[in-house]
Amino acid sequence: MSTKSLYQEVILDHNRKPRNYGTLDHANHKAVGHNPLCGDHLDITLQLEEDHIKQIAFHGESCAICKASASMMTTAVKGKTRSDAETLIQEFREMTLGELDLEGPHHLGRLTVFSGIRDLPTRVKCAILPWHTLHAALNDLTDVSTEAANDPVQNISENASDSV
Amino acid sequence: MAQNNVLAALDTSAEFDVNRIRADFPILSIDVGGNPLVYLDNAASSQMPQQVIDRLVHYQTAQHANINRAVHYLSEVATDEYEKARHKIQQFLNAREQREIIFTSGTTDSINLVMHGYGRRFIQAGDEIILTTLEHHSNIVPWQMLAKEKGAVIRVVPINDAGELDIDAYENLFNERTKFVGLIHVSNALGTINPVKQMIDYAHQHNVPVLIDGAQAAPHIPIDVQALDCDFYAFSAHKLCGPTGVGMLYGKASLLEAMQPFKGGGDMIASVTFEKTTYADIPHKFEAGTPPIAAAIGFGAAIDYLCSIGMDQIAAHETKLLHYATERIDAIKGARILGTAAEKTAVISFVLDGVHPHDIGTILSQDGIAVRTGHHCAQPVMQRYNVPATSRASFAFYNDISEVDALIEGIQNVQKIFL
Repeated sequence: MSTKSLYQEVILDHNRKPRNYGTLDHANHKAVGHNPLCGDHLDITLQLEEDHIKQIAFHGESCAICKASASMMTTAVKGKTRSDAETLIQEFREMTLGELDLEGPHHLGRLTVFSGIRDLPTRVKCAILPWHTLHAALNDLTDVSTEAANDPVQNISENASDSV
Repeated sequence: MAQNNVLAALDTSAEFDVNRIRADFPILSIDVGGNPLVYLDNAASSQMPQQVIDRLVHYQTAQHANINRAVHYLSEVATDEYEKARHKIQQFLNAREQREIIFTSGTTDSINLVMHGYGRRFIQAGDEIILTTLEHHSNIVPWQMLAKEKGAVIRVVPINDAGELDIDAYENLFNERTKFVGLIHVSNALGTINPVKQMIDYAHQHNVPVLIDGAQAAPHIPIDVQALDCDFYAFSAHKLCGPTGVGMLYGKASLLEAMQPFKGGGDMIASVTFEKTTYADIPHKFEAGTPPIAAAIGFGAAIDYLCSIGMDQIAAHETKLLHYATERIDAIKGARILGTAAEKTAVISFVLDGVHPHDIGTILSQDGIAVRTGHHCAQPVMQRYNVPATSRASFAFYNDISEVDALIEGIQNVQKIFL
Protein backbone atom coordinates (compact mmCIF):
# COMPACT_ATOMS: atom_id res chain seq x y z
CA MET A 1 0.00 0.00 0.00
CA SER A 2 1.38 3.40 -0.87
CA THR A 3 1.45 6.39 1.44
CA LYS A 4 -1.24 7.91 -0.77
CA SER A 5 -3.66 5.39 0.65
CA LEU A 6 -2.24 5.75 4.18
CA TYR A 7 -3.37 9.36 4.46
CA GLN A 8 -6.97 8.39 3.77
CA GLU A 9 -9.93 10.58 4.59
CA VAL A 10 -10.81 8.59 7.70
CA ILE A 11 -7.33 9.17 9.15
CA LEU A 12 -7.32 12.85 8.17
CA ASP A 13 -10.79 13.23 9.69
CA HIS A 14 -9.75 11.71 13.03
CA ASN A 15 -6.68 13.94 12.98
CA ARG A 16 -8.80 17.05 12.39
CA LYS A 17 -11.55 16.09 14.83
CA PRO A 18 -10.13 13.62 17.31
CA ARG A 19 -12.78 11.67 19.25
CA ASN A 20 -12.60 11.25 23.03
CA TYR A 21 -10.01 14.00 23.17
CA GLY A 22 -9.23 15.34 26.63
CA THR A 23 -8.66 14.05 30.14
CA LEU A 24 -11.12 12.15 32.35
CA ASP A 25 -11.64 13.67 35.79
CA HIS A 26 -12.47 10.38 37.47
CA ALA A 27 -10.07 8.01 35.78
CA ASN A 28 -8.94 4.95 37.70
CA HIS A 29 -6.26 4.04 35.16
CA LYS A 30 -3.85 6.27 33.28
CA ALA A 31 -0.53 6.24 31.48
CA VAL A 32 1.72 8.54 29.49
CA GLY A 33 3.41 7.48 26.27
CA HIS A 34 6.18 9.27 24.46
CA ASN A 35 8.40 8.90 21.44
CA PRO A 36 11.63 10.77 22.19
CA LEU A 37 12.74 10.52 18.55
CA CYS A 38 10.03 12.91 17.38
CA GLY A 39 8.89 14.48 20.63
CA ASP A 40 5.39 13.01 20.35
CA HIS A 41 3.62 12.35 23.62
CA LEU A 42 0.12 11.49 24.71
CA ASP A 43 -1.66 10.57 27.89
CA ILE A 44 -4.53 8.17 28.24
CA THR A 45 -7.04 8.23 31.07
CA LEU A 46 -9.71 5.56 31.45
CA GLN A 47 -12.35 4.33 33.78
CA LEU A 48 -12.43 0.57 34.22
CA GLU A 49 -15.59 -0.81 35.85
CA GLU A 50 -16.17 -4.54 36.36
CA ASP A 51 -13.45 -5.20 33.81
CA HIS A 52 -15.12 -3.00 31.18
CA ILE A 53 -13.68 0.22 29.76
CA LYS A 54 -16.55 2.58 30.60
CA GLN A 55 -14.82 5.82 29.60
CA ILE A 56 -11.58 6.60 27.85
CA ALA A 57 -9.87 9.79 26.71
CA PHE A 58 -6.54 10.78 25.22
CA HIS A 59 -4.66 14.02 25.05
CA GLY A 60 -1.30 15.10 23.65
CA GLU A 61 0.87 16.42 20.86
CA SER A 62 1.65 14.20 17.93
CA CYS A 63 1.66 13.63 14.20
CA ALA A 64 -1.53 12.86 12.29
CA ILE A 65 -0.87 9.12 12.22
CA CYS A 66 -0.47 8.96 16.00
CA LYS A 67 -3.45 11.19 16.72
CA ALA A 68 -5.78 9.35 14.33
CA SER A 69 -4.61 6.03 15.71
CA ALA A 70 -5.35 7.20 19.25
CA SER A 71 -8.74 8.62 18.29
CA MET A 72 -9.86 5.47 16.46
CA MET A 73 -8.48 3.31 19.26
CA THR A 74 -10.60 5.06 21.87
CA THR A 75 -13.76 4.54 19.84
CA ALA A 76 -12.82 0.89 19.24
CA VAL A 77 -12.16 -0.05 22.88
CA LYS A 78 -14.84 1.98 24.65
CA GLY A 79 -17.28 -0.47 26.27
CA LYS A 80 -14.99 -3.44 25.62
CA THR A 81 -13.60 -5.75 28.30
CA ARG A 82 -9.98 -5.49 29.28
CA SER A 83 -9.17 -8.77 27.55
CA ASP A 84 -10.96 -7.70 24.33
CA ALA A 85 -8.90 -4.52 24.40
CA GLU A 86 -5.70 -6.51 24.88
CA THR A 87 -6.65 -8.65 21.88
CA LEU A 88 -7.08 -5.51 19.75
CA ILE A 89 -3.75 -4.15 21.01
CA GLN A 90 -2.05 -7.37 20.01
CA GLU A 91 -3.73 -7.52 16.60
CA PHE A 92 -3.01 -3.85 15.86
CA ARG A 93 0.62 -4.34 16.76
CA GLU A 94 0.88 -7.40 14.50
CA MET A 95 -0.80 -5.55 11.66
CA THR A 96 1.57 -2.58 11.80
CA LEU A 97 4.56 -4.90 11.88
CA GLY A 98 3.19 -6.83 8.90
CA GLU A 99 2.73 -9.98 10.96
CA LEU A 100 -1.06 -10.22 10.76
CA ASP A 101 -2.89 -12.04 7.96
CA LEU A 102 -5.58 -9.49 7.17
CA GLU A 103 -7.48 -12.14 5.16
CA GLY A 104 -7.73 -14.31 8.27
CA PRO A 105 -9.97 -13.74 11.31
CA HIS A 106 -9.30 -10.59 13.33
CA HIS A 107 -11.24 -7.91 15.20
CA LEU A 108 -9.69 -4.73 13.77
CA GLY A 109 -12.56 -3.61 11.52
CA ARG A 110 -11.94 -0.06 10.28
CA LEU A 111 -8.58 0.00 12.03
CA THR A 112 -7.16 -1.86 9.01
CA VAL A 113 -6.91 1.62 7.45
CA PHE A 114 -3.52 1.68 9.22
CA SER A 115 -2.25 -1.49 7.52
CA GLY A 116 -0.17 0.57 5.03
CA ILE A 117 2.09 1.69 7.86
CA ARG A 118 3.93 -1.63 7.68
CA ASP A 119 5.64 -0.31 4.53
CA LEU A 120 6.93 2.73 6.44
CA PRO A 121 9.07 1.29 9.24
CA THR A 122 9.99 4.76 10.53
CA ARG A 123 6.31 5.54 11.11
CA VAL A 124 5.22 2.28 12.76
CA LYS A 125 6.01 3.71 16.18
CA CYS A 126 3.74 6.68 15.51
CA ALA A 127 0.75 4.42 14.91
CA ILE A 128 1.52 2.02 17.71
CA LEU A 129 2.29 4.51 20.51
CA PRO A 130 -1.34 5.01 21.62
CA TRP A 131 -1.85 1.25 21.82
CA HIS A 132 1.21 0.75 23.96
CA THR A 133 0.05 3.56 26.18
CA LEU A 134 -3.37 1.92 26.52
CA HIS A 135 -1.68 -1.35 27.39
CA ALA A 136 0.35 0.47 30.04
CA ALA A 137 -2.77 2.13 31.46
CA LEU A 138 -4.64 -1.17 31.66
CA ASN A 139 -1.68 -2.76 33.43
CA ASP A 140 -0.76 0.17 35.68
CA LEU A 141 2.59 0.75 34.00
CA THR A 142 2.56 4.53 34.22
CA ASP A 143 5.11 5.41 31.57
CA VAL A 144 6.03 4.00 28.18
CA SER A 145 8.61 5.14 25.67
CA THR A 146 9.26 3.88 22.17
CA GLU A 147 12.99 4.11 22.86
CA ALA A 148 13.29 2.75 26.41
CA ALA A 149 14.90 -0.53 27.37
CA ASN A 150 11.39 -1.84 27.98
CA ASP A 151 10.38 -0.90 24.43
CA PRO A 152 6.85 -2.19 24.19
CA VAL A 153 7.31 -2.96 20.49
CA GLN A 154 9.57 -5.78 21.59
CA ASN A 155 7.95 -6.67 24.86
CA ILE A 156 4.28 -6.24 24.42
CA SER A 157 3.55 -9.91 23.69
CA GLU A 158 4.98 -11.07 26.98
CA ASN A 159 3.34 -8.23 28.86
CA ALA A 160 0.04 -8.88 27.19
CA SER A 161 0.05 -12.57 27.99
CA ASP A 162 1.05 -11.80 31.58
CA SER A 163 -1.91 -9.56 32.02
CA VAL A 164 -4.63 -11.82 30.67
CA MET B 1 8.59 39.45 -9.51
CA ALA B 2 11.55 39.08 -7.17
CA GLN B 3 11.56 35.38 -7.92
CA ASN B 4 12.44 36.12 -11.55
CA ASN B 5 15.32 38.32 -10.46
CA VAL B 6 16.82 35.42 -8.58
CA LEU B 7 16.35 33.16 -11.60
CA ALA B 8 17.96 35.76 -13.84
CA ALA B 9 20.90 36.00 -11.47
CA LEU B 10 21.31 32.23 -11.66
CA ASP B 11 21.69 32.38 -15.42
CA THR B 12 24.75 34.58 -15.08
CA SER B 13 26.86 31.86 -13.41
CA ALA B 14 28.07 30.61 -16.77
CA GLU B 15 31.06 28.65 -15.50
CA PHE B 16 29.02 26.62 -13.06
CA ASP B 17 27.05 24.05 -15.05
CA VAL B 18 24.80 22.22 -12.63
CA ASN B 19 23.63 19.78 -15.29
CA ARG B 20 27.18 18.70 -16.02
CA ILE B 21 27.75 18.25 -12.29
CA ARG B 22 24.53 16.28 -11.83
CA ALA B 23 25.67 13.85 -14.51
CA ASP B 24 28.56 12.87 -12.20
CA PHE B 25 26.13 11.53 -9.58
CA PRO B 26 24.52 8.25 -10.66
CA ILE B 27 22.14 8.18 -7.69
CA LEU B 28 20.50 11.45 -8.75
CA SER B 29 18.85 9.71 -11.68
CA ILE B 30 17.04 7.01 -9.71
CA ASP B 31 13.32 7.35 -9.24
CA VAL B 32 11.35 6.94 -6.05
CA GLY B 33 7.95 5.35 -6.49
CA GLY B 34 7.71 6.67 -10.05
CA ASN B 35 9.00 10.18 -9.24
CA PRO B 36 12.50 11.47 -9.89
CA LEU B 37 14.54 11.64 -6.68
CA VAL B 38 14.78 15.15 -5.23
CA TYR B 39 17.51 14.77 -2.65
CA LEU B 40 17.39 17.59 -0.11
CA ASP B 41 18.88 15.82 2.90
CA ASN B 42 22.48 16.77 2.24
CA ALA B 43 23.12 18.01 5.77
CA ALA B 44 22.56 14.43 6.94
CA SER B 45 24.71 12.89 4.22
CA SER B 46 25.67 13.88 0.71
CA GLN B 47 25.79 11.72 -2.41
CA MET B 48 28.90 10.37 -4.10
CA PRO B 49 30.07 11.25 -7.62
CA GLN B 50 31.30 8.60 -10.06
CA GLN B 51 34.86 9.92 -9.66
CA VAL B 52 34.89 8.92 -5.98
CA ILE B 53 33.13 5.62 -6.63
CA ASP B 54 35.76 4.85 -9.30
CA ARG B 55 38.54 5.71 -6.89
CA LEU B 56 37.17 3.25 -4.32
CA VAL B 57 36.83 0.56 -6.98
CA HIS B 58 40.38 1.16 -8.21
CA TYR B 59 41.78 0.97 -4.69
CA GLN B 60 39.93 -2.25 -3.93
CA THR B 61 40.75 -3.68 -7.35
CA ALA B 62 44.45 -2.88 -7.57
CA GLN B 63 45.88 -1.23 -4.47
CA HIS B 64 44.59 -2.78 -1.26
CA ALA B 65 46.77 -4.05 1.56
CA ASN B 66 47.28 -3.05 5.17
CA ILE B 67 49.30 0.10 5.68
CA ASN B 68 52.37 1.05 7.72
CA ARG B 69 53.47 -2.55 8.08
CA ALA B 70 54.81 -4.83 5.43
CA VAL B 71 57.57 -4.05 2.96
CA HIS B 72 55.74 -5.66 0.08
CA TYR B 73 54.58 -3.73 -2.97
CA LEU B 74 50.86 -3.42 -2.20
CA SER B 75 51.44 -2.32 1.36
CA GLU B 76 53.70 0.44 0.09
CA VAL B 77 51.14 1.52 -2.50
CA ALA B 78 48.29 1.54 0.02
CA THR B 79 50.36 3.44 2.61
CA ASP B 80 51.37 5.97 -0.02
CA GLU B 81 47.79 6.52 -1.20
CA TYR B 82 46.54 6.81 2.38
CA GLU B 83 49.14 9.48 3.17
CA LYS B 84 48.36 11.27 -0.09
CA ALA B 85 44.75 11.55 1.11
CA ARG B 86 46.04 13.11 4.32
CA HIS B 87 48.02 15.56 2.23
CA LYS B 88 44.92 16.53 0.20
CA ILE B 89 43.05 17.28 3.43
CA GLN B 90 45.97 19.36 4.69
CA GLN B 91 45.87 21.40 1.48
CA PHE B 92 42.07 21.67 1.59
CA LEU B 93 42.19 23.20 5.08
CA ASN B 94 45.45 25.05 4.54
CA ALA B 95 46.92 23.35 7.61
CA ARG B 96 50.57 24.10 8.29
CA GLU B 97 51.69 20.48 8.38
CA GLN B 98 50.42 17.12 7.19
CA ARG B 99 50.94 15.55 10.62
CA GLU B 100 48.30 17.90 12.01
CA ILE B 101 45.63 15.87 10.17
CA ILE B 102 44.35 12.79 12.02
CA PHE B 103 42.01 10.31 10.38
CA THR B 104 39.04 9.45 12.58
CA SER B 105 35.76 7.66 11.97
CA GLY B 106 33.94 10.99 11.65
CA THR B 107 33.20 14.29 13.38
CA THR B 108 31.80 12.61 16.50
CA ASP B 109 34.93 10.48 16.83
CA SER B 110 37.11 13.58 16.32
CA ILE B 111 35.35 15.46 19.12
CA ASN B 112 35.59 12.46 21.41
CA LEU B 113 39.30 12.27 20.62
CA VAL B 114 39.76 15.87 21.77
CA MET B 115 37.62 15.27 24.86
CA HIS B 116 39.71 12.23 25.88
CA GLY B 117 43.10 13.39 24.63
CA TYR B 118 42.95 17.04 25.64
CA GLY B 119 39.98 17.39 28.00
CA ARG B 120 40.79 14.52 30.35
CA ARG B 121 44.39 15.67 30.64
CA PHE B 122 43.92 19.42 30.98
CA ILE B 123 40.44 20.11 32.35
CA GLN B 124 39.97 19.90 36.12
CA ALA B 125 37.24 20.24 38.75
CA GLY B 126 35.63 23.67 38.66
CA ASP B 127 36.93 24.47 35.17
CA GLU B 128 34.42 25.81 32.67
CA ILE B 129 33.72 24.69 29.12
CA ILE B 130 31.82 27.06 26.82
CA LEU B 131 29.42 25.55 24.27
CA THR B 132 26.56 27.13 22.32
CA THR B 133 22.83 26.52 21.94
CA LEU B 134 23.49 25.66 18.29
CA GLU B 135 25.71 22.64 19.02
CA HIS B 136 24.89 19.25 17.57
CA HIS B 137 24.56 16.59 20.28
CA SER B 138 27.99 15.33 19.20
CA ASN B 139 29.56 18.52 20.58
CA ILE B 140 27.48 18.47 23.77
CA VAL B 141 27.40 14.92 25.06
CA PRO B 142 31.20 14.25 25.14
CA TRP B 143 31.71 17.46 27.15
CA GLN B 144 28.91 16.56 29.53
CA MET B 145 30.60 13.20 30.09
CA LEU B 146 33.86 14.99 30.83
CA ALA B 147 32.16 17.56 33.09
CA LYS B 148 30.55 14.76 35.07
CA GLU B 149 33.82 12.87 35.40
CA LYS B 150 35.90 15.90 36.39
CA GLY B 151 33.38 18.10 38.15
CA ALA B 152 33.74 20.71 35.42
CA VAL B 153 30.96 23.13 34.43
CA ILE B 154 29.35 23.71 31.03
CA ARG B 155 28.32 27.26 30.09
CA VAL B 156 26.07 27.86 27.10
CA VAL B 157 25.99 30.78 24.66
CA PRO B 158 22.37 31.71 23.82
CA ILE B 159 20.95 32.58 20.38
CA ASN B 160 18.58 35.31 19.24
CA ASP B 161 15.30 34.73 17.38
CA ALA B 162 17.11 34.66 14.04
CA GLY B 163 19.29 31.80 15.26
CA GLU B 164 22.45 33.87 15.65
CA LEU B 165 24.78 33.54 18.62
CA ASP B 166 24.72 36.32 21.20
CA ILE B 167 28.36 37.37 20.98
CA ASP B 168 28.16 39.76 23.96
CA ALA B 169 26.83 36.91 26.09
CA TYR B 170 29.67 34.71 24.78
CA GLU B 171 32.30 37.23 25.80
CA ASN B 172 30.69 37.70 29.19
CA LEU B 173 30.97 33.97 29.91
CA PHE B 174 34.77 34.15 30.05
CA ASN B 175 36.49 34.15 33.41
CA GLU B 176 39.66 32.67 34.92
CA ARG B 177 38.03 29.23 35.14
CA THR B 178 37.24 29.07 31.38
CA LYS B 179 39.41 26.33 29.90
CA PHE B 180 37.83 25.28 26.62
CA VAL B 181 35.42 26.39 23.89
CA GLY B 182 33.49 23.98 21.66
CA LEU B 183 31.84 25.79 18.76
CA ILE B 184 29.85 24.66 15.77
CA HIS B 185 30.93 26.47 12.59
CA VAL B 186 27.60 26.08 10.77
CA SER B 187 24.41 25.00 12.54
CA ASN B 188 23.09 21.72 11.16
CA ALA B 189 19.57 22.56 12.30
CA LEU B 190 19.33 26.18 11.10
CA GLY B 191 22.24 26.79 8.72
CA THR B 192 23.60 29.77 10.70
CA ILE B 193 27.25 30.49 9.90
CA ASN B 194 28.83 31.55 13.17
CA PRO B 195 31.47 34.31 13.38
CA VAL B 196 34.07 31.77 14.43
CA LYS B 197 37.13 33.88 13.62
CA GLN B 198 35.99 36.66 15.96
CA MET B 199 35.07 34.12 18.66
CA ILE B 200 38.39 32.28 18.38
CA ASP B 201 40.30 35.56 18.67
CA TYR B 202 38.38 36.45 21.81
CA ALA B 203 39.02 33.02 23.38
CA HIS B 204 42.71 33.30 22.57
CA GLN B 205 42.90 36.64 24.39
CA HIS B 206 42.03 34.52 27.43
CA ASN B 207 44.41 31.71 26.41
CA VAL B 208 41.49 29.33 25.88
CA PRO B 209 41.70 26.78 23.06
CA VAL B 210 38.80 26.39 20.63
CA LEU B 211 37.46 23.31 18.88
CA ILE B 212 35.40 23.99 15.75
CA ASP B 213 32.83 21.40 14.67
CA GLY B 214 33.02 21.92 10.93
CA ALA B 215 30.77 19.04 9.83
CA GLN B 216 28.31 21.43 8.15
CA ALA B 217 30.87 24.03 7.07
CA ALA B 218 33.62 22.12 5.27
CA PRO B 219 31.27 20.84 2.51
CA HIS B 220 29.95 24.32 1.75
CA ILE B 221 32.43 27.12 2.39
CA PRO B 222 36.21 27.48 2.00
CA ILE B 223 38.06 26.72 5.26
CA ASP B 224 41.50 28.02 6.21
CA VAL B 225 42.53 26.75 9.65
CA GLN B 226 45.60 29.00 9.77
CA ALA B 227 43.55 32.11 9.05
CA LEU B 228 40.94 31.03 11.61
CA ASP B 229 43.70 30.12 14.05
CA CYS B 230 41.40 27.46 15.54
CA ASP B 231 43.08 24.89 17.77
CA PHE B 232 41.01 21.96 16.53
CA TYR B 233 38.77 21.51 13.50
CA ALA B 234 36.63 18.43 12.83
CA PHE B 235 34.53 17.17 9.92
CA SER B 236 33.31 13.99 8.20
CA ALA B 237 33.89 12.73 4.66
CA HIS B 238 30.35 11.55 3.99
CA LYS B 239 28.93 15.07 4.13
CA LEU B 240 31.25 16.20 1.32
CA CYS B 241 30.67 13.47 -1.25
CA GLY B 242 33.02 10.96 0.38
CA PRO B 243 32.39 7.61 2.05
CA THR B 244 30.89 7.02 5.50
CA GLY B 245 33.10 5.75 8.30
CA VAL B 246 35.89 8.30 7.94
CA GLY B 247 36.46 11.86 9.03
CA MET B 248 39.31 13.95 10.25
CA LEU B 249 40.57 16.04 13.12
CA TYR B 250 42.88 18.94 12.53
CA GLY B 251 44.84 19.98 15.61
CA LYS B 252 47.76 22.34 16.09
CA ALA B 253 50.86 20.15 16.30
CA SER B 254 51.93 21.51 19.70
CA LEU B 255 48.53 20.65 21.20
CA LEU B 256 48.35 17.21 19.59
CA GLU B 257 51.82 16.44 20.94
CA ALA B 258 50.81 17.44 24.47
CA MET B 259 47.68 15.26 24.37
CA GLN B 260 47.34 11.72 25.62
CA PRO B 261 46.31 9.02 23.12
CA PHE B 262 42.61 8.27 22.84
CA LYS B 263 42.70 4.62 21.77
CA GLY B 264 45.50 2.14 22.43
CA GLY B 265 46.58 -0.55 20.00
CA GLY B 266 48.67 -1.30 16.98
CA ASP B 267 50.04 1.44 14.69
CA MET B 268 50.05 4.05 17.48
CA ILE B 269 53.22 2.88 19.21
CA ALA B 270 56.95 3.37 18.83
CA SER B 271 57.79 0.36 21.03
CA VAL B 272 55.95 -1.97 23.37
CA THR B 273 57.15 -4.11 26.27
CA PHE B 274 54.95 -5.29 29.12
CA GLU B 275 56.69 -2.70 31.30
CA LYS B 276 56.28 0.30 29.07
CA THR B 277 54.91 1.52 25.76
CA THR B 278 56.34 4.48 23.92
CA TYR B 279 53.79 6.14 21.68
CA ALA B 280 54.33 6.97 18.05
CA ASP B 281 54.59 10.58 16.93
CA ILE B 282 51.55 12.45 15.69
CA PRO B 283 49.42 11.78 13.72
CA HIS B 284 49.94 8.03 14.22
CA LYS B 285 49.66 8.33 18.01
CA PHE B 286 45.94 8.88 17.45
CA GLU B 287 45.38 6.26 14.75
CA ALA B 288 45.33 2.96 16.64
CA GLY B 289 44.44 -0.15 14.68
CA THR B 290 43.88 -0.55 10.96
CA PRO B 291 42.11 2.60 9.78
CA PRO B 292 39.38 2.71 7.10
CA ILE B 293 42.02 2.84 4.37
CA ALA B 294 39.69 2.66 1.38
CA ALA B 295 37.36 5.26 2.89
CA ALA B 296 40.27 7.60 3.66
CA ILE B 297 41.47 7.35 0.05
CA GLY B 298 37.89 7.98 -1.11
CA PHE B 299 37.85 11.00 1.24
CA GLY B 300 40.89 12.34 -0.63
CA ALA B 301 39.17 11.73 -3.97
CA ALA B 302 36.07 13.59 -2.73
CA ILE B 303 38.22 16.57 -1.82
CA ASP B 304 39.83 16.47 -5.28
CA TYR B 305 36.34 16.46 -6.75
CA LEU B 306 35.15 19.46 -4.71
CA CYS B 307 38.34 21.37 -5.51
CA SER B 308 37.89 20.66 -9.22
CA ILE B 309 34.62 22.60 -8.99
CA GLY B 310 35.93 25.15 -6.49
CA MET B 311 34.60 25.85 -3.01
CA ASP B 312 33.81 29.46 -3.95
CA GLN B 313 31.69 28.27 -6.89
CA ILE B 314 29.97 25.73 -4.66
CA ALA B 315 29.20 28.36 -2.03
CA ALA B 316 27.93 30.80 -4.66
CA HIS B 317 25.56 28.28 -6.27
CA GLU B 318 24.23 27.08 -2.93
CA THR B 319 23.64 30.66 -1.79
CA LYS B 320 21.48 31.25 -4.86
CA LEU B 321 19.51 28.10 -4.09
CA LEU B 322 19.11 29.29 -0.49
CA HIS B 323 17.79 32.70 -1.50
CA TYR B 324 15.38 31.29 -4.05
CA ALA B 325 14.07 28.57 -1.72
CA THR B 326 13.75 31.02 1.18
CA GLU B 327 11.73 33.40 -0.93
CA ARG B 328 9.42 30.63 -2.17
CA ILE B 329 8.84 29.08 1.27
CA ASP B 330 8.29 32.51 2.82
CA ALA B 331 5.53 33.04 0.27
CA ILE B 332 3.64 29.93 1.43
CA LYS B 333 0.86 30.86 3.84
CA GLY B 334 1.17 28.85 7.04
CA ALA B 335 4.86 28.10 6.55
CA ARG B 336 7.49 29.51 8.88
CA ILE B 337 11.26 29.26 8.49
CA LEU B 338 13.25 28.79 11.71
CA GLY B 339 16.70 30.30 11.43
CA THR B 340 16.89 33.55 9.51
CA ALA B 341 20.48 34.52 10.25
CA ALA B 342 22.14 37.05 7.97
CA GLU B 343 24.91 34.53 7.28
CA LYS B 344 23.57 31.09 6.35
CA THR B 345 24.40 28.02 4.34
CA ALA B 346 21.67 26.43 2.23
CA VAL B 347 19.76 24.81 5.09
CA ILE B 348 16.09 25.63 5.58
CA SER B 349 14.32 24.39 8.68
CA PHE B 350 10.60 25.05 8.55
CA VAL B 351 7.30 24.28 10.22
CA LEU B 352 3.82 24.24 8.71
CA ASP B 353 0.74 25.28 10.67
CA GLY B 354 -1.34 22.26 11.63
CA VAL B 355 0.94 19.63 10.12
CA HIS B 356 3.47 17.60 12.08
CA PRO B 357 6.95 17.39 10.47
CA HIS B 358 6.77 13.59 10.29
CA ASP B 359 3.61 13.77 8.21
CA ILE B 360 5.31 16.34 5.97
CA GLY B 361 8.33 14.04 5.54
CA THR B 362 6.24 11.00 4.68
CA ILE B 363 4.05 12.84 2.16
CA LEU B 364 7.03 14.58 0.51
CA SER B 365 8.71 11.17 0.22
CA GLN B 366 5.76 9.91 -1.80
CA ASP B 367 6.65 12.65 -4.32
CA GLY B 368 10.27 11.47 -4.35
CA ILE B 369 11.45 14.38 -2.16
CA ALA B 370 13.91 13.56 0.63
CA VAL B 371 13.97 15.99 3.55
CA ARG B 372 14.91 15.38 7.16
CA THR B 373 12.23 15.64 9.82
CA GLY B 374 12.85 15.55 13.55
CA HIS B 375 15.04 17.36 16.04
CA HIS B 376 18.22 17.03 13.92
CA CYS B 377 20.29 15.94 16.96
CA ALA B 378 19.99 19.53 18.15
CA GLN B 379 17.30 19.39 20.83
CA PRO B 380 18.48 22.62 22.53
CA VAL B 381 17.73 24.45 19.27
CA MET B 382 14.24 22.91 19.13
CA GLN B 383 13.65 23.93 22.77
CA ARG B 384 14.77 27.48 21.97
CA TYR B 385 12.04 27.73 19.32
CA ASN B 386 9.59 25.72 21.41
CA VAL B 387 8.94 23.12 18.71
CA PRO B 388 9.42 19.34 19.06
CA ALA B 389 10.73 18.99 15.52
CA THR B 390 11.06 20.70 12.16
CA SER B 391 11.30 19.71 8.52
CA ARG B 392 14.67 20.52 7.03
CA ALA B 393 15.59 20.91 3.38
CA SER B 394 19.37 21.07 2.99
CA PHE B 395 20.92 21.72 -0.40
CA ALA B 396 24.15 20.72 -2.09
CA PHE B 397 25.88 22.17 -5.15
CA TYR B 398 24.31 19.45 -7.34
CA ASN B 399 20.78 20.58 -6.51
CA ASP B 400 19.05 22.83 -9.01
CA ILE B 401 16.21 25.32 -9.19
CA SER B 402 13.71 22.76 -10.47
CA GLU B 403 14.24 20.80 -7.26
CA VAL B 404 13.34 23.86 -5.19
CA ASP B 405 10.17 24.12 -7.29
CA ALA B 406 9.46 20.42 -6.65
CA LEU B 407 9.82 21.03 -2.90
CA ILE B 408 7.41 23.95 -3.03
CA GLU B 409 4.85 21.91 -4.96
CA GLY B 410 5.34 19.09 -2.46
CA ILE B 411 4.69 21.42 0.48
CA GLN B 412 1.58 22.78 -1.21
CA ASN B 413 0.41 19.22 -1.76
CA VAL B 414 0.87 18.50 1.96
CA GLN B 415 -1.23 21.55 2.78
CA LYS B 416 -3.93 20.41 0.36
CA ILE B 417 -4.10 16.99 2.04
CA PHE B 418 -4.37 18.55 5.50
CA LEU B 419 -6.75 21.34 4.48
